[in-house]
Amino acid sequence: MARLNINGKVRDVQAEPDTPLLWVIREQAGLTGTKFGCGIAQCGACSVHINGEVMRSCSVPLSSIKPTDKIVTIEGLSPNASHPVQKAWLALDVPQCGYCQSGQIMAAAALLAKKPKPTDQDIDAAMTNICRCGTYQRIRAAVHVAAGQSNASAPADSRRQG
Amino acid sequence: MTKKISKSARISRREFVVASAAAGGGLALGMHVPFGIDAAEAQAAETEVNAWVVIKPDDTTVIRIARTEMGQGTLTGLCQLVAEELECDWNKVTTDPITPGRNLARKRVWGEMGTGGSRGIRISQDYVRRGGAAARIMLLQAAADQWKVPVAELAVANGVITHAASKRSIRYGQIAAAAAKVTPPDSKSITLKDPKSWKIAGQPLKRLDTAPKLDGSKVFAIDVNLPGMLNAAVMQCPVYSGKLKSVDEAKVASMPGVKKVVRIKDNAVAVVADTYYHAKTALAALPIEWDVGQNGAVSDASIAAHLKDGIDAEGSNGGWGYGDAAKAIEGAAKKIEAVYSTPFLAHATMEPMNATVRYTPEKAEAWVPTQNAEASLAALSEASGLPLDKCEVYRPDIGGGFGRRGGTQDFVHLAVAAAKNFPGVPVKMIWTREEDLAHDFFRPISQCKLTGGIDQDGKLVGLKIRLAGQSINAYLSPSLAVGGPKERQLQGWYQEPGDAQFGYDVQNLQIEYGMRNTHVPVGPWRGVNTNQNAVYLECFIEEAARAANKDSLEFRRGMMAKFPKHLAVLNAAAEKGDWGKPLPAGVHRGIAQFMGYGSYSAAVAEVSVSPEGKLKVHRLVMAINCGHAVNPGQIEAQVQGSVAYGLTAALYGECPVKDGRMTDINFDRYQIMRLAEMPKVETVIVPTYDFWGGVGEPTISVTTPAVLNAIHAAIGRPVRSLPLKNVKLV
Repeated sequence: MARLNINGKVRDVQAEPDTPLLWVIREQAGLTGTKFGCGIAQCGACSVHINGEVMRSCSVPLSSIKPTDKIVTIEGLSPNASHPVQKAWLALDVPQCGYCQSGQIMAAAALLAKKPKPTDQDIDAAMTNICRCGTYQRIRAAVHVAAGQSNASAPADSRRQG
Repeated sequence: MTKKISKSARISRREFVVASAAAGGGLALGMHVPFGIDAAEAQAAETEVNAWVVIKPDDTTVIRIARTEMGQGTLTGLCQLVAEELECDWNKVTTDPITPGRNLARKRVWGEMGTGGSRGIRISQDYVRRGGAAARIMLLQAAADQWKVPVAELAVANGVITHAASKRSIRYGQIAAAAAKVTPPDSKSITLKDPKSWKIAGQPLKRLDTAPKLDGSKVFAIDVNLPGMLNAAVMQCPVYSGKLKSVDEAKVASMPGVKKVVRIKDNAVAVVADTYYHAKTALAALPIEWDVGQNGAVSDASIAAHLKDGIDAEGSNGGWGYGDAAKAIEGAAKKIEAVYSTPFLAHATMEPMNATVRYTPEKAEAWVPTQNAEASLAALSEASGLPLDKCEVYRPDIGGGFGRRGGTQDFVHLAVAAAKNFPGVPVKMIWTREEDLAHDFFRPISQCKLTGGIDQDGKLVGLKIRLAGQSINAYLSPSLAVGGPKERQLQGWYQEPGDAQFGYDVQNLQIEYGMRNTHVPVGPWRGVNTNQNAVYLECFIEEAARAANKDSLEFRRGMMAKFPKHLAVLNAAAEKGDWGKPLPAGVHRGIAQFMGYGSYSAAVAEVSVSPEGKLKVHRLVMAINCGHAVNPGQIEAQVQGSVAYGLTAALYGECPVKDGRMTDINFDRYQIMRLAEMPKVETVIVPTYDFWGGVGEPTISVTTPAVLNAIHAAIGRPVRSLPLKNVKLV
């Protein structure tokens, strides 16, 4: 039994201490926005925030989490997808298949919390999650939009706000 | 009696639909039949105008889509095509993913469901547009009937029909129920809009499916959670065609959550447990012995020797040519020769293979990430032993496909085998990334020897291409061409126009294929054989241009007069890519063109190689003529994505074989390009509006040869084997 604070909600979970946080989040807490991609902290699909730091939850054992630690998953990032990163992702139509995008958004949100006006080099260093669809170019542009450093320009369609 | 007539009328209508589908490529109209519709469709509040279009009283317009959405944007594109003809309000469009069971129950009214080969839009565009147009015609007729005015006096826009003379108007939501009773028009009589007048199609509209991808609410198949569900982890014999020798179930029986160890056929084991983490952990602890058989001795070296034999041997399994290439090369002023090679590659979809199956002796259901839901249904039926009409496949949008989730459906067979042990209990089987990369249907390995003769004027007067490698058709689809000029391994080098045509006139040409198969399973990998064949041809053309002391662009142009569409795209890339203009010190350009999936592509790359041999790809200008451009914003996204997919392969992609098995089975070894390495991609869309070409795959093929040719310019010698991580650039 362990006590966790996920998205501001305290819950008790039944899992062995070595269980990766990813599987606790997906299978115990039932929050499936956090994805399984590799299990070895390579791809970042499982990225969550722990006390504001972006972490690859597939490689964080439950035993390392304290009840006071604040875990935030994609579901808890903002109410109504209102975080600037989510808004920028929508404005620039970033996702293709979408599977990696929870992790990408969590990584981008953590970057902006630390560096509100990131340079391209900052983005290169922070955004290391794998996307197989190849949305990298729009991710870069959307991080700049979320930082208020450029305007959403593409694709040009004002008729549908999504 | 009345009842009987009514029934026969319905049947005759259905027969009409079937006949129409056979003649018209899948179009069906007026399928508002009171049977064969499931509960979701039968909600009183909505009206099925025809198979493609359902309209609710609030004007919400549900467009039914049979093709898989895997990121490529087909869902939005097909909706744009239907909505364009329907003249509905785009802001009120939602979608309904047709299941294969529904399609089967209605005699495949929605046509085929397979989504691969960049066909999603180009193969269905005609019948979905006719579906939208037919619904519009029926809605207009219903309004005309109600107002007792000639239909020609009506106008429609954004789902509102107006009669100017009487100043009346009515919304689609108000007239849909009446429209559904109108006799559908003959599909052949419908005149579709001129694409140049499109208002919804042809526009860079935003995708319809983005919002749930931003907040974690989108449910992929891997996220399915059913009451009482169990979870399974699976391991197949790591050596292909090896067998299971023994498994010691007792060793894991008491591990947390374990329900059962299941032997699957003669070559796989699954552990079923309460949670997936428990299943995966127990499987990792399970003592398993494999009988790997003679394939356990296969290695990279033995495969390479097998391919080299295919290069050197006489005799061809397919090809074509004209003139006498051997004689022309022999008599030429200059002779050049090169052997190129490309490795096996895995798809590595971000969502690993998985399937959830609920089996009972009466019914089998599966939740599957699939590129071909009808193939999934067939696999479910075969594996469960239940007839097709007792099976159903639910198909959430998928976390990447790239060709992995099409015909084979191995993930369905394995999941059914596990679930059959737990009748009535849903079992979700997820593959670890290691299992996913060990048991792919890999992009086939090949080598290619090219020989060219250049005359005094610097013209390529003879070209011989001998390809040796594994045949996808021989492995997966023996019913398709194996060998011969249409052999899939020759993709991009076909003589016939329209699909993947060889785009040079070289005076004397000989193309040969030496089929050399291995024990490794192979299959289509985004772009299939165009990727390898474009590298072989376009890098060799670069070598030839340099041997002839010609500019790479001019050398190509000199051989392309008979291929105006290939040439036009090459010119577009060259122009936007600033070909011939000055570059910063240390930056070099490369160019390439190729055809595949009915579309013409070309690329100009800019790269630099540092004194330490470090490569940087700065810029790629990608041109495509896909005939019609349904959503330029999505085409741009696909082109950018194709660059990332192609460059990942060029930089890192290889699946080494040792002891008969794959060695690089997670992302620590099977490296994927990250954002920092993504070059600036400029997409140049040059549609000629006279054909329908694919978009998802074509531009991958030109990415790598353009980059390799720029590297050739930078370092003064060609790179002839991939991936680049194994090649020293200094």
